[in-house]
Amino acid sequence: MEKRVTFRGWALPLLLIAPQVAISIVFFFYPAAQAIWQSLFIPDPFGLSTQFVGLGNFEFLLSDKFYRASFGTTAIFSILVTLCSMVPALFLAVLADRLIKGSGIYRTLLIWPYAVAPAVAGVLWMFMFNTRVGVVSWYLGQFGYDWNHVLNDAEAMGLVVVASAWGRISYNFLFFLAALQSVPRSVIEAAAIDGARFWKRFFTIVLPLLSPTAFFLLVVNVVYAFFETFGVIHTITAGGPQQATTILVYKVFADGFVGQDLGSSSAQSVILLVVVGLLTVVQFKYVEKRVHY
Amino acid sequence: MSERHGMVERRGLSLWITHSLMIAGVLVIFFPIWLAFVASTVTQAEIVSPPMPVWPGDQFLANYTAALFAGVNVPVATMLWNSLIMAVGIAVGKIMISLLSAFAIVYFRFPGRTTFFWMIFLTLMLPVEVRIVPTFEVVAGFGMLNSYSGLIFPLIASATATFLFRQFFMTIPDELAEAARVDGARPMQFFRDVVVPMSRTNIAALFVILFIYGWNQYLWPLLITTDPEMNTIVMGIKQMFPSGDDVADWPVIMATSILAMIPPVLVVVSMQKLFIRGLVDSEK
Repeated sequence: MEKRVTFRGWALPLLLIAPQVAISIVFFFYPAAQAIWQSLFIPDPFGLSTQFVGLGNFEFLLSDKFYRASFGTTAIFSILVTLCSMVPALFLAVLADRLIKGSGIYRTLLIWPYAVAPAVAGVLWMFMFNTRVGVVSWYLGQFGYDWNHVLNDAEAMGLVVVASAWGRISYNFLFFLAALQSVPRSVIEAAAIDGARFWKRFFTIVLPLLSPTAFFLLVVNVVYAFFETFGVIHTITAGGPQQATTILVYKVFADGFVGQDLGSSSAQSVILLVVVGLLTVVQFKYVEKRVHY
Repeated sequence: MSERHGMVERRGLSLWITHSLMIAGVLVIFFPIWLAFVASTVTQAEIVSPPMPVWPGDQFLANYTAALFAGVNVPVATMLWNSLIMAVGIAVGKIMISLLSAFAIVYFRFPGRTTFFWMIFLTLMLPVEVRIVPTFEVVAGFGMLNSYSGLIFPLIASATATFLFRQFFMTIPDELAEAARVDGARPMQFFRDVVVPMSRTNIAALFVILFIYGWNQYLWPLLITTDPEMNTIVMGIKQMFPSGDDVADWPVIMATSILAMIPPVLVVVSMQKLFIRGLVDSEK
């Protein structure tokens, strides 16, 4: 896609594009190149010199059982966050779509959590489930269930999943509602004339029409779970208990800043870079397909 | 939403059930915020002996005053100010550099145009979380730790806004640029008098999205603001928790959480239409 009408000159456009290019080089390309470069070295224990190890950091990582466990943790975490944010959102969107009056008010109320930062969401959920003062954990205790996400792996995972999914429900709800509202009424009514009840219509007509939106949201939510949930995990569990909630992005931080292991942290960054690349390709493939509809 | 009538059943019992399910859903989703609000209006004593009340108490003024003007490490008012500068700085900075570079890419043919375009495109791919250590070193090298420029600049190195503007500029009719050229208008006059005014809605929608993006940042401010005076509110809440076995000052912390969500919620709710538009545009 190109403009037919353009202005002459090349000094002005170079000047116009300079700020963005400069910022990209200084804060993006240079650090990214640094990450790749540093991933080939290990610092000595005193941090005085570094030694070239080639792909040694990668070999070490891929055979490291903690790193491999972190891959598994990330996979489980992302799948659960995606499910827990998409299913309730779809349910609420279907309800809102059925209402002619009032759906605007519900929508206004439901977009609130989107504006709440993941780290703040983490604090809110941690407060409800706090082992000493949490309301929910106290009531669970009354029913004889001893909640302790500080010690219990599965409970810790459950809590960070719910806290991460919470704000995403708003986001998914907006996209599902928009998609539902663009389903042609005539199709629905034709099915209704043929005697198809609501749920039958939903599963045979509406759901297939929603699938492009659902696939888009699937990719976006996985990307969110991978990269934007750091705040939730840092505020609620700090990666624990043991390493039960240490997802890949958290491990880059923990090894690089807390453990000061720059080589390993950089190698992890490079691996994540590849993961992001793959996810981006998937996303663009999909976007292209949509454009051709 | 447009009115949609039809023969598809939406009355009586079914409508009633739909509304009550919807209300139940809203209540469940709102519960964490409600509880935080209640906690910000009661005394510490009421919270530490569970279960805490579920209706607000009378300590609203006391807790919010304590949070805003005393805080734990630093007054929350200071953190709010820092967050505001960071969020507005990121939103305005990104919009400005993107408008200019998108204009250059769409309305000029110049050497290296394609290369620069791909350079910008590549920055779409890598979130700051992935390159934290080297980016931190760059910022430290510039002496930008604990500064607003350190908080803002690394986060405006991303291409989403440039792409959006590029796409929008492509839809501006060629006749307008042609007329401007015939009238002898310089490119920057055309930019100022035609392109920017026509992009008003897009700029506003993008501002909403970027403001929230900037306000809600956590990891980056956590790394580069070691001085409490420079903490932003979203990362500062976690710093209010004592290390070890001391009991957290829950009412003040929860008041801070509420204060941290008010600005982005206000922006989203008051500019709902723009926000939804910005969301759909910037993600697709």
